[in-house]
Amino acid sequence: MTTTTVPARPGARETGPGTPGAARGGRLPGRLRRIGLPYLLLLPALLLELLVHLVPMVIGIVMSFKELTQFTLRDWGTAPWTGGDNYRVSLDFDAPVGEALLHSFLVTCVFTVLSVGLCWLIGTAAAICMQDAFRGRGLLRALFLVPYALPVYAAVITWAFMFQHDNGLVNHVLYDQLGLTDKPSFWLIGDNSFIALLVVSVWKGWPFAFLIVMAGLQNIPRELYEAAALDGAGTWQQIRRITLPSLRPVNQVLVLVLFLWTFNDFNTPYVLFGKAAPEAADLVSIHIYQSSFVTWDFGTGSAMSVLLLLFLLLVTGVYLFLTSRGRKTADV
Amino acid sequence: MRSIRAAAVGAVTLSLALAASACGGGSATGGGAGDSPKTLTYWASNQGAGVEVDKKVLQPELDKFEKETGIKVKLEVVPWPDLLNRILTATTSGQGPDVLNIGNTWSASLQATGALLPWDEKNFDAIGGRDRFVESALGSTGVAGEDPAAVPLYSMAYALYYNKKMFADAGIGEPPATWDELVEAGRKISKDGGKWGLGAEGSNLSNNIHQVFVLGKQHGADFFTADGKADFTSDGAVAAVKQYVDLMAEDEIVAPGNAEYAQNQSLSDFANGKTAMVLWQTASATFKSLGMTDDEWGVAPAPVPSGTPGTGKATNSMVAGINMAVFKNTRNLDGATAFVKFMTSDAEQKILNQAYGSIPPVKAAQADPAFGSPSTAVLRETLATSAAALPQVPDESQFETAVGTAVKELFADAAAGRAVTTESVRARLAKAQQQMPAK
Repeated sequence: MTTTTVPARPGARETGPGTPGAARGGRLPGRLRRIGLPYLLLLPALLLELLVHLVPMVIGIVMSFKELTQFTLRDWGTAPWTGGDNYRVSLDFDAPVGEALLHSFLVTCVFTVLSVGLCWLIGTAAAICMQDAFRGRGLLRALFLVPYALPVYAAVITWAFMFQHDNGLVNHVLYDQLGLTDKPSFWLIGDNSFIALLVVSVWKGWPFAFLIVMAGLQNIPRELYEAAALDGAGTWQQIRRITLPSLRPVNQVLVLVLFLWTFNDFNTPYVLFGKAAPEAADLVSIHIYQSSFVTWDFGTGSAMSVLLLLFLLLVTGVYLFLTSRGRKTADV
Repeated sequence: MRSIRAAAVGAVTLSLALAASACGGGSATGGGAGDSPKTLTYWASNQGAGVEVDKKVLQPELDKFEKETGIKVKLEVVPWPDLLNRILTATTSGQGPDVLNIGNTWSASLQATGALLPWDEKNFDAIGGRDRFVESALGSTGVAGEDPAAVPLYSMAYALYYNKKMFADAGIGEPPATWDELVEAGRKISKDGGKWGLGAEGSNLSNNIHQVFVLGKQHGADFFTADGKADFTSDGAVAAVKQYVDLMAEDEIVAPGNAEYAQNQSLSDFANGKTAMVLWQTASATFKSLGMTDDEWGVAPAPVPSGTPGTGKATNSMVAGINMAVFKNTRNLDGATAFVKFMTSDAEQKILNQAYGSIPPVKAAQADPAFGSPSTAVLRETLATSAAALPQVPDESQFETAVGTAVKELFADAAAGRAVTTESVRARLAKAQQQMPAK
């Protein structure tokens, strides 16, 4: 119903058929210019995209088939080919390298599902609460966006201080003041590190969900709520029957973006734990970094990166396929 | 073409880590090899209390060098956590500095890349000859039997630093010379609530390695076989790691909170009177910056089972220090060599090592009375008689990560109150060994 307000494919509209200029055509140069101009305008962006993303990606794929260690790193062009060895090692889940990769992959999956879920839940709840005007709404809105506006490094390092065992604020509150734990807990090492990572990730991520959902809410006509209220629908029913369905297209994009960001998040665990993350919080991004930069095995690290890329492409593809199919049937 | 390829490699190494920008390895093209014979780029490691301190120490010396030779040195002080990444990126892209500092334990690993200038007889002669340097410092400049990849610049050794007042309060007369004495002294102090015997940096991988390497020597174990293969699970290695972690787990003289320390917090605990001892390398300058006066702390050789430090099982320190290396593809080889000669000259060695509280690896400078004070004498003696270089193998960097992480996880177990047994230690070390490259 309201899906049309979401410019799902902006390009389609701009270059759509039947533009007024079509009638003027006839001579070749003019036509060429007309067809060529959009592409000419796109060219700088395309070139940059090629340079910044595609070229490194291709080189990365080439590297994943090579043996790149401290012995061969300097002249990587002549490094020996290993065929699919790097992939075999990465995917051999009975051997240490593959086993560790699988472990970090599973940790990342659980972490991503929880983090995205919580970010979405908190963001949506906050946005709905903020929908109606009240005193101090503007201030509160601005405050909510603080985590999103802060530089990641500064924010995460502050969290790292707060999670410290001896002098951290978290233990001070949980143990000293509230007495919720029977002794100060470790948050940056051991099993709790997963919780610490999740807390920081959600704290960092939910304002984005809040922002997007808030924008989505602006597009829902107030009349729908008024009509529903006349029909006797309570707040919860209004949320369930009007707000959430109307937000569907927004949520589709939001969840996908959050998923990709969270799955690939490197900064949070790196700043929180350093280059050797605790086992419980060994995210796949850190794991690949370690394989490449700390263990100096760039070939295997590249293979892992490519595998990760394939996985993310697959998930994104399936997700887009499913959600767009759902949208089409909803539109009919 | 060459620079495009270099840029592409720089870009890909970074993009591979997905978001490695946070690791600080960013500026592959940062320094840029000196194009003109009248300039040099120098990456100095962060030795002082901060990057600014280093600049203050080094700049006057660089000015002196410029006056003597007419060569201008562009200085960049690189913080420790970034240094290895920066060197690796520079190695891949070929866009590095002319002269740089490396941690001496990385010598063999970086030597394997082939990016550093080998110090053969001819190159050594250009800086006054190999004989000018102390033998133990030369031991950590590359794989034995090959031309060194670097020359020693600052030497350091581990020693036992103790708080005099806390020792007196607990009725301890002499600093401990054996591990039994250390544990005993530590227990006397740890009884007192809130005070602890010994400080540790459980989450600092390199520090973990330094400590367990020395303990390994004392148990007759190396972490590598003679032909350079990883050997982490020998009885001696397991015993060494267990003994170190047991200082927290069983002896309870290390505060559990130290398990997550990695930013030298144990030194501030020491300066604040929370812990009575630390095993550290050249800590005097840091104590001063933390507000401790020199007469508040004492220094003694790190403990050995026999009580008398020496070689083999009486080893009580690793050979710590900084080496100076030249990038092979420098366009100003003569200038770079002249700069190394300048920095390792007797006069500069005295100035620089005094400023940093380290020991000169150059014999003539080391003999200077400036390094004869009680605190530096212990370090000098240790370096001369009872320190051993970490295994000079190309996989040293991976060893630090793998075994250092194993020790970190064991400390996490100990801190959480989980049992640390010979089996659990062996299992962690076996896992670390499996992570080493199979060559």
